[in-house]
Amino acid sequence: MKKRMMVVALVCLSMLLLSSIAGCAKNKDTSQVDASKKKVKIGIVQIVEHPSLNTIRESFVKQLKEKGFEDGVNATIDYQNAQGDQTNLKTICQKFVNNKYDLIVAIATPSAQAAVGETSEIPIVFSACTDPLGSGLVTNLEKPGKNVTGTSDAVSAEKIMELAKRITPNITTVGALYNSSETNSISVINNLKTYAKANGMQVVEATVTNSSEVQQATTALVGKVDAIFSPIDNTVASAMPTVVQVTNKAKIPVYVGADSMVKDGGLATYGINYTILGQETANMAAEILNGKKPGDISVKTMKDMDIYVNKDTAQAIGITIPDQVLKEALKVFGN
Amino acid sequence: MTFMAFRGSLELGIIYAIMALGVFLSFRTLNIPDLTVDGSFVLGAAVSAMMCTNGQPVEGIVVAFLAGCLAGCVTALLNTRLKIQPLLAGILVMLALYSVNLRVMDKRANIALMNKLSLFNVLPGISGDNAKTIIPSILLIGIVLLLFLFLKTRFGFVLRATGDNDHMVRALGVNTDFTTLIGLALANGLVALSGSLIAQYQSFADISMGVGMVIIGLASVIIGEVVFGAKSLLRRLIAVALGAMLYRFIIAFAFELGMPATDLKFISALIVALALSGPVVKDKVNKLGPVMKEKINKLQKKISTLRNHSGGHL
Repeated sequence: MKKRMMVVALVCLSMLLLSSIAGCAKNKDTSQVDASKKKVKIGIVQIVEHPSLNTIRESFVKQLKEKGFEDGVNATIDYQNAQGDQTNLKTICQKFVNNKYDLIVAIATPSAQAAVGETSEIPIVFSACTDPLGSGLVTNLEKPGKNVTGTSDAVSAEKIMELAKRITPNITTVGALYNSSETNSISVINNLKTYAKANGMQVVEATVTNSSEVQQATTALVGKVDAIFSPIDNTVASAMPTVVQVTNKAKIPVYVGADSMVKDGGLATYGINYTILGQETANMAAEILNGKKPGDISVKTMKDMDIYVNKDTAQAIGITIPDQVLKEALKVFGN
Repeated sequence: MTFMAFRGSLELGIIYAIMALGVFLSFRTLNIPDLTVDGSFVLGAAVSAMMCTNGQPVEGIVVAFLAGCLAGCVTALLNTRLKIQPLLAGILVMLALYSVNLRVMDKRANIALMNKLSLFNVLPGISGDNAKTIIPSILLIGIVLLLFLFLKTRFGFVLRATGDNDHMVRALGVNTDFTTLIGLALANGLVALSGSLIAQYQSFADISMGVGMVIIGLASVIIGEVVFGAKSLLRRLIAVALGAMLYRFIIAFAFELGMPATDLKFISALIVALALSGPVVKDKVNKLGPVMKEKINKLQKKISTLRNHSGGHL
């Protein structure tokens, strides 16, 4: 009897809890609907908290305001982060679609793939997708045609390697450190291999599937390579402190794909300016909100790239960065 | 293998050995395949990373251990009080810990700890590279000894007996729920402790760093037992610790050969499957001996009878 009472009490309690949560959500929704009769609803979906991706988002929101869409005034910006869990992406995008948002902004490839899978009507603007064709977001970069367009953060392995040669000229073997299950990395690594072949360099690969494997993968490259190259790889970027610990000790330069990875200790990159990338994304979003069709806006690949270097790392591995490179650099990290 | 790779693998092995001892405690001593490990490892890393950012690395490791114990308690209570199967209870807690860990990490999936105080630069006397070998070694030796002494106590015996035959232990009037609780708490405490050390050692905590830890732990336990023997309790504990190191060397060797990481998981699974099936295979082989002998005997008999029939002309 006592047990039964307990069960009944528990069930009641949980129902109360659920209804109160639902109540809250409902209240919020109705208030949104009431206030946003003229407001445009924008959903931002981001795969993970990551300095580069955060920069894009912040710069996007700022630029969108410049273009006349301000959060809380005439626009509602709903920002959701999947915290690195791919299954969350689907849930987030479903919510955006069910609530009939006017625009979905998808930051990074997995977010964009989830959004594209969820709707073929609501306009989607993606940002920071390295390979929009390879990851199936659009079939044509010039004229995407459907409801999807955006900006690509493709970096050129070739450009980065040319920068590498200016800083450390004697590279004959380069180690490629990346997660073999990230499509964005693979396209850049293929680019690296083509470059290496044409320039008589050798590529030694060390692939990981998880941030816990990065240390051993990096140490395996020590003694085999003159430099290490890592694309904009989410896994390697997460474990950058470990990579740098190993390479600084072994005095190997690490060339990376993103400025955030240089900030975390990579030697240098010739990479994307994420603030500009975010601004470009916002410009596209504004055009769409003003009535232009996403299918008519071509996918934008960033042309103006910048040099980022880390002086602390240079000192740790005992090299001097040429003055010309320092002069050209947009940002020099370290003292 | 370069000296650097050797030393790196050794250091990682020493830290992961603490995790392996935790897995040994739940998997071998309590006979529960506890999947909480994937979550409690990250929990330890998350707690220690957050406390490192506040400048409390040593406290971080202690709190990480306690947090791990708590996670183990939840799994144990789900199992013993709410009668959820141990495998499922572990999965549930692992799942819940994903959200908890993100909360602990202040909703960031990754925390970098560069240039922060850590266990490896805060202690007076030892710092730099040597600290990274010496401190984990001292901790590991201490934990092996403490665990040995603990398992030798009266309560330790009951704990081991619970894993061997809980019906018998219960028949003797011992509350096995309590032993399971303490066992799982301690096991996950050790796992979290290992995670907290890894975070400070590698200077980052990442929400996904615990994926596959159970298998790594199991592989370490099994490799250790197979290679270094499992005769006495102390020897078993040492074997498990050495197994974790050996596992790291296997991984380093695989990287050395240029094997893609995507294949490593398959090999880990294969090692565990082979080692777990060891006793059965051994049995079969042992049985195969007599069967073959019998067959050979029969053949010989046949030949000799044939020979007799042919009158010695064959």
